[in-house]
Amino acid sequence: MRKKPDKDTFFWQGNEACAEAALAAGCRFFAGYPITPSSEIAELLSKMLPKAGGIAIQMEDELASIGAVVGASWAGAKAMTATSGPGFSLMQETIGYAFMTETPCVIVDVQRLGPSTGQATKCGQGDVMQARWGTHGDYTAIALSPNSVQEMFELTIKAFNLAEKYRTPVTLLADETIAHMRERATMPPKENIEIVNRRKPKPNEKAFFGLEEVPPMPSVGEGYNLAVTGSTHNEYGIRFTADPEVHRKLVERLNSKIQNHADEIAEVETHNIDECKIGIVAFGCTSRAIYEAAESAEEKGVAIGYARLKTLWPFPEKTVRALAETAEKIIVPEMNLKQVFYEVQRVADGSAEVIPLNKIGGGELITPEELTQKILESARN
Amino acid sequence: MTETFSMKNYLRDLPLPFCAGCGAMTVMSEFLRAAYELGHKDLSKFVFCSGIGCSAWIPSPHFMADSVHTLHGRSIPAATGIKLMRPDLNTVIFGGDGDIVGIGLSHFIHAARRNTDILVIMVNNMIYGMTGGQVAPTTPLGSKTTTTPYGSFEHPLDAARLAAAAGACYVARWTTAQPKELKESIKKAINMKGFRFIEATSQCQTAYGRRAGFKNAGEMLKWFKENAIPIEQAEKMDEESLTGKIVVGEFVQRQRPTLVETVYKMIEEAKTVEKG
Repeated sequence: MRKKPDKDTFFWQGNEACAEAALAAGCRFFAGYPITPSSEIAELLSKMLPKAGGIAIQMEDELASIGAVVGASWAGAKAMTATSGPGFSLMQETIGYAFMTETPCVIVDVQRLGPSTGQATKCGQGDVMQARWGTHGDYTAIALSPNSVQEMFELTIKAFNLAEKYRTPVTLLADETIAHMRERATMPPKENIEIVNRRKPKPNEKAFFGLEEVPPMPSVGEGYNLAVTGSTHNEYGIRFTADPEVHRKLVERLNSKIQNHADEIAEVETHNIDECKIGIVAFGCTSRAIYEAAESAEEKGVAIGYARLKTLWPFPEKTVRALAETAEKIIVPEMNLKQVFYEVQRVADGSAEVIPLNKIGGGELITPEELTQKILESARN
Repeated sequence: MTETFSMKNYLRDLPLPFCAGCGAMTVMSEFLRAAYELGHKDLSKFVFCSGIGCSAWIPSPHFMADSVHTLHGRSIPAATGIKLMRPDLNTVIFGGDGDIVGIGLSHFIHAARRNTDILVIMVNNMIYGMTGGQVAPTTPLGSKTTTTPYGSFEHPLDAARLAAAAGACYVARWTTAQPKELKESIKKAINMKGFRFIEATSQCQTAYGRRAGFKNAGEMLKWFKENAIPIEQAEKMDEESLTGKIVVGEFVQRQRPTLVETVYKMIEEAKTVEKG
């Protein structure tokens, strides 16, 4: 007899898991603009949020979507938008604003194949560097990369938690494959889901933009006479557009409050990184090929170690460096033209030879066979 | 009211950034006077949003109130997010013509269409003032600016008529030479719901007036007085005789379901639906 499925087990689409997670994380405001392959998130949240007393609104474009998200966040709501490459491009200026004003919010970028309109319905991983460097000025990004439907759920919650903890925009850098595939996923009991909320000010706390690494954040309408600005400002939100010290102090803190916690933020699935000949660094849908490829190569006597990056930014340097110290060679499979490759090369710093494995076009995935072949080839030479 | 009105009661103790003779000062003082006359001893019932430009600095950070100073053109989206989550707050936007109907035009039209419950006060100085006097979507045809040194070859936008056509509940235009009318419109608009738009045609002697041939800000105000045509009178005039005139008055005043009303009604209905 077939076992009756647990009531907390679902056969979800990736985008569905993302919407469910947003709700579970406490998201109560969504603003977005339709774009393949992320639209299901907007559709589902439009159905789900009002039932939970929240709001989902379709705005006139992506500029307005992220703008409304920032406004809602200052009004006290956990807020999110979902888009794909072209929309992510349009949002970049406001992502910088959210960083500068320390506005927690979540941006889901379900990557498709660019540049430009490219192949709009096909999978790609070409927004990795945009998630890191997309906005202008000195900026430190947090971006997470799920490789299963289950992780769409888990990392969406983590994205909200990191946004609230560090008061910064967080990108969930998903891809078309993970967003549109369906697989088994479980929702943990509510009490087991860790939820982080922004720290509200204690009485007499008035410095909402400094004095400590992550300052407390009040909302508008709470009587604080909040001054929020994307211009350089002092600890109290007052604009200082020429003072070099005020700028240095602010922007250095905004960057270091994330960089100082890079190890804490980094989440990496590892296998044999301490004793391997060939290493693999992979992320997102592409990383689904590493398990089978590692098994096949190990059967042929090649010791494999891998680091599967759930956190892309800040780059998990510690783990990748550890892998580079043992592995002779590191293969970096990705569905773009070497975006993470150069990052691995920088971190490896000559300790291991870094070998790219790239594939773009038509949404074709890098198969376990292709990766196995690359491993065996690299092991021989 | 026993106390007399003083702007200082509503402002942070910071130097104001405006040039001598700037019309933004008039808009700032008439807004605060309006709030005072409506019985607001402070601005705690308000939240202010602005974008980038000289008039964005009217509330931010000068008003002793919550102010969110956003990006160029994006005050309306941010205000939309705030108002939807905090419908109890009176959400007011200050912005220039470049900010509101140049780079931010799409949001302006859609907010009027949605009947978003915000009051937008646009200081129309007919120029990009902060960046040094470049042509704006509101610059009169033929005006010399730094990017139209031979005179502007574009027709200006009539933002008030656009707002009215797009669905605003209240639209008025006055010049800074009519501060009393401006204040009365602000008072009326503060207490209304839905999308409200007040355009204040304003003097920028520094970046517009001096290139357009005005000797000082006072001359610009004189020009406003001489060329302001009440809307009732303008309706009887043809397009040609209205060229170069500033049509002032109340363009529209109406009620229709506002965004806050329709959204919260939808939420109540959604809660009664069993399965999605």
